[in-house]
Amino acid sequence: MSEVDYADVQGLVRFGYGHMTSASYALVRVKNAAAAKAWLRSAPITTAVAQKPPPETAMNIAFTAPGLRTLGVPESIIAGFSHEFRGGLGQESRARQLGDVGKNAPSNWTWGSYGREPDAMIMFFAEQGQLDPFIQRTRDQNWSEAFEEITSLGTSNLDGDEPFGFADGISQPQIDWEQQLEKPRIQLGYTNISALGEFLLGYRNEYGKITDRPLVESDAAAAELLNAEDATAKKDLARNGSYLVMRQLEQDVRGFWKFLHEQAEGNVADAEQLGAKMVGRTRAGDSLVPIQSESIPGTDPRTVTQNQFTYESDPVGARCPFGAHVRRTNPRTSDFPERRPNALRKLMIMLGFGPKGFYNDLTSSVRFHRILRRGREYGSELLPKEALQAAPPNESPRGLHFICLNANISRQFEFLQNAWITNTKFSGITGESDPLLGNRESIPGCPVTGNFTIPGDGTLRRRVSGLPQFVTVRGGAYFFLPSLRALRYFARA
Amino acid sequence: MTPQSNFMVVAPIIPERETELRQLLDSMNHGPGQVDPNNALLPFAEFETLHFARFVILDDKTTEDVRVYGLSPRTYPLYLAFLGDVDGDANAFLGKLIKRAGKGLGKIFSCCQGFAADTDLFEWMKQHEAPAIAVYVNWRGRTVRQIREEAALYDALENYVDRNYATLHGLRPRELHDKLRTFVNAEQSAGRVTLSKEDPTPIRWQIKNLLHMIGFPLLGVLLSPLLLVAAPFYIFALRRLEKSDPEVSPTADQKHSENLSSFEDHDVTNQFSAMGSLKPGLVRLLTTSLVLKTVNYGARHITRPGRLGRIRSIHFARWVFVAGRERMIFCSNYDGSVESYMDDFINKTGFGLNASFSNGIGYPRTNWLVRDGCIDERNYKEYLRRHTLPSQVWYKAYPGLSAGDLEKNTRIRQGLEISSITDEQAREWVTLL
Repeated sequence: MSEVDYADVQGLVRFGYGHMTSASYALVRVKNAAAAKAWLRSAPITTAVAQKPPPETAMNIAFTAPGLRTLGVPESIIAGFSHEFRGGLGQESRARQLGDVGKNAPSNWTWGSYGREPDAMIMFFAEQGQLDPFIQRTRDQNWSEAFEEITSLGTSNLDGDEPFGFADGISQPQIDWEQQLEKPRIQLGYTNISALGEFLLGYRNEYGKITDRPLVESDAAAAELLNAEDATAKKDLARNGSYLVMRQLEQDVRGFWKFLHEQAEGNVADAEQLGAKMVGRTRAGDSLVPIQSESIPGTDPRTVTQNQFTYESDPVGARCPFGAHVRRTNPRTSDFPERRPNALRKLMIMLGFGPKGFYNDLTSSVRFHRILRRGREYGSELLPKEALQAAPPNESPRGLHFICLNANISRQFEFLQNAWITNTKFSGITGESDPLLGNRESIPGCPVTGNFTIPGDGTLRRRVSGLPQFVTVRGGAYFFLPSLRALRYFARA
Repeated sequence: MTPQSNFMVVAPIIPERETELRQLLDSMNHGPGQVDPNNALLPFAEFETLHFARFVILDDKTTEDVRVYGLSPRTYPLYLAFLGDVDGDANAFLGKLIKRAGKGLGKIFSCCQGFAADTDLFEWMKQHEAPAIAVYVNWRGRTVRQIREEAALYDALENYVDRNYATLHGLRPRELHDKLRTFVNAEQSAGRVTLSKEDPTPIRWQIKNLLHMIGFPLLGVLLSPLLLVAAPFYIFALRRLEKSDPEVSPTADQKHSENLSSFEDHDVTNQFSAMGSLKPGLVRLLTTSLVLKTVNYGARHITRPGRLGRIRSIHFARWVFVAGRERMIFCSNYDGSVESYMDDFINKTGFGLNASFSNGIGYPRTNWLVRDGCIDERNYKEYLRRHTLPSQVWYKAYPGLSAGDLEKNTRIRQGLEISSITDEQAREWVTLL
């Protein structure tokens, strides 16, 4: 196995830069390709090499497909990128698939669609108080000549909570950087370890295969690029790169808590409990199902008390509803409905003669659908009790700049967003999509999608209906986060 | 029990009339992938035994692939396919179809060769029939009427439960079951809920089914000495082919892929039509036939209702040879996006997928017929996308209902019909509400 050259990987893949509490994202158009390339050649891009002490500032950069074209990347190379990346997030069919309809529709976005598509996103991170000077330093003469800013997105530090007031970012896949793990054909137990190729292009993924990516001829310009692992005569332009999905998600924090309080008829504890059922964790981030004693491969020892669980102990969703946000987005299933089947049992299950229960084996295996979350919040903090008061005039919005990294947008981000978040038929339930992210738009034959079901334990389920839309998509785009080598290749004069 | 059956008509399009035909088909839709169920040409919604139907122009762009075997591609006429899944006898359905929508159908088929103003529509359709080699029905015997009645039952129950939540939520499962049984009985008496009894199973079908059930394995037993002798040679030949067959999976054209997407995800269920050429030679043809006959047999006599292996999201599916035995089409109706469909296939039924599709030119390399193949996710998905055809018109009788919904509704009804339910059964039944 080839070792990963961390100096060639942008830092964001390996680090969330948690200690750099300030960040901002510049979404830009390239005005002048030559100037942009000149700027790129001297841009201090932060790599994934671990530094001690950690750097005080960091910068990473990613490009959309139109952005690569503007830089002069030929169509023959662009054609090597995935269909989703080339098509873009704002396409009509894709928007329908991802639930970006109604208020979420790309035509309503403030950026990312219909002529407001950025060429590139430059992400700035800094320790407190250092962001502005850092950005000032970076925006030199070349920058001004090179780029025109569509928008600059600020972020805020809510100490690990997301704007609704729940602890966020607790569960992340652990990347198998050393590529030591042999992947079985059928993974019987849930694991939190993901193959490197699920996040970094040019490496083996959970299928043991290498994802689609552009390979280029080994000419002088490409001399510095790494060889492709599966086609050694070619250079792998995408190796050590990743796809970055960015979505600006505005959160109606007041609407969220107001709804919970109405449902709870003013009882604060009940409101929080309903909120926890909808999120799938308590506000402090604790799981709603008991932590198991058996360890789960790849669970960070520091998060065992919040992450060492699966939903095996909760087959009908009585503790954590099927529809809860964290259960939808990571149902913690393995490839098989049983943990220790003998050969005959395995065959029987494969042929469709497994357990007969309705809810059994309805959900896909999660190891093919993990993402690395790297987003940040924006807007000021609003505590639940403050959220019940009327909004001051011209209140500035708050939400999440959702960012995730994955090697296969279609199988990872899009699958999650479509099959698990937006799907009104997830895990055998009906008439509801994600309680936090759902758009509540009706679909043919399903006029109601705004329910939320809390299954009972041998009793009748509780059904909350009339959920308003709490989260609205304000913008978004698919980016390619190149390796440092690819960046130099793009930036060559 | 009313068994389901299917029909498929495949006829060559008159080249000069292709544009007109495409316009006619488009006129049946509100937009791509969104049929008008009451359209003037073929008002699908009026046929109460029709589950799914579609018109597909078999515009196979991959015929050049045979070149990898040193063969020169044949020029095939462009075909129009019209297919559907119905309750009861397919011929009887076609009769009704012609009676009600003969004019519209005639207008469509007049764009095909050999159809004149005085042509007998039924005869012509039978002449152009393309029988399936393998068929999958999610729930044999469940009619459109039953699906609609059970969906209405579910709505009535949910409504009642929501209105009376305060009095119902504390009840033990058996008490709740009892209460809801009483409610449904009252609704039935008042004529607000209808739960029709099953029609008797046609005797002819029963006999045919029994013969089929016995016949296929019997044939296997009778031929077993021969098969045993032939097996080593067959396996040797197949392994040689598997090692040498070329893979052809260029990236699907971006425009083609985006066009397909425009037809998808308008309902919770999607249509899928994929067409391609079979690998040349007797070994592959035999393999295809044997595998698909086995799939057909298993789907008909062995699988549990609602399941195809571990997959529970397919409503109807079929494999059909198109005009000769060189090309094949696979058509299905499945829930969710095409990405989740493909993932389900790879991860849950990869072996079956490999066995049935690896005889197509270009399929990712398999080993021992069932191994590897689709695990090569990238090549498999591009292969499939490249072979997928847009379905110009696609009708589903129960929009908004997934196969999971149908199963849940049926289970709810079945549970309701148990007069003395056990605690265990009642507990499980309550989770369905």
